[in-house]
Amino acid sequence: MAVETHEHPPTPTRVPGDGFLGYRGRERPAGGFELWSWLFMRISGVLLLVLAVGHVLIMHVLDEGVDRVDFGFVAARWGSPFWRAWDWALLVLALIHGINGLRVVVQDYVRWPGARFAVNMLFYSIGFVLFVLGTVIVFTFDPSRWPGTA
Amino acid sequence: MAKRRSDIGTLYRGSPGQWSWLAHRITGIAVILFLFAHVVDTAVVGWGPDAYNRVTAVYHNPVVKLLELGLVAAVLYHAINGVKIMLFDFWPATTRYMKPLSLASTGLFLLAMIPITWLMGQSILGSAGLL
Repeated sequence: MAVETHEHPPTPTRVPGDGFLGYRGRERPAGGFELWSWLFMRISGVLLLVLAVGHVLIMHVLDEGVDRVDFGFVAARWGSPFWRAWDWALLVLALIHGINGLRVVVQDYVRWPGARFAVNMLFYSIGFVLFVLGTVIVFTFDPSRWPGTA
Repeated sequence: MAKRRSDIGTLYRGSPGQWSWLAHRITGIAVILFLFAHVVDTAVVGWGPDAYNRVTAVYHNPVVKLLELGLVAAVLYHAINGVKIMLFDFWPATTRYMKPLSLASTGLFLLAMIPITWLMGQSILGSAGLL
């Protein structure tokens, strides 16, 4: 009668659950566009750490938050080139960071190539239109067109 | 059930990062979808005070303010967890402390949300006429 033998796999050096990923760390793209994308997400992430978190705290949390935001508030704020530059940098980086993030998510969940292409194109188009719209408004907004309101 | 050899070391499977991976994804999607609307509503400022003040009035609604609190939480979580990701990616040796660092970043997020919820909560209750 055959004795059932239990084969024990060799003890892994990385036990699932302990978290340690070894000294090479997490997987990253080997090269090409995906590696640049990987790097961009991290560099823009650091910048957005200041731009987006700062924006959210200033506009939504501190000093009465959105309660004080109206036309006059924006007119006064965009009287300063500093805040116009801040908001434009935030617009551009957040759109690219966010839409590239959506591309990665779409890669995971939309498997059929035609649908994936269509969904990605939809997001790219939205991103392009919003980039143009936001850029035009940030740089051309002139409250003196509405005297007595700002 | 025994893990197959191919499972061992697979990113995010059974590792403490799986929940933060999911939360990072959900908060990221939430923020970019809000941004799509937010660029448009801000652009309305170019059509003058009447149009813009009508748009911003929406933001003074208590239910919208509650969503706004969620937005702030999403941005903050995504930011803090993003720092953790960069720490692991650029200094892989720190993944040895993945569990304590995950606890620390989640704790930092929750801690930061206390004063934020206090401040925004007053505004929400005020708009709802409860304060």
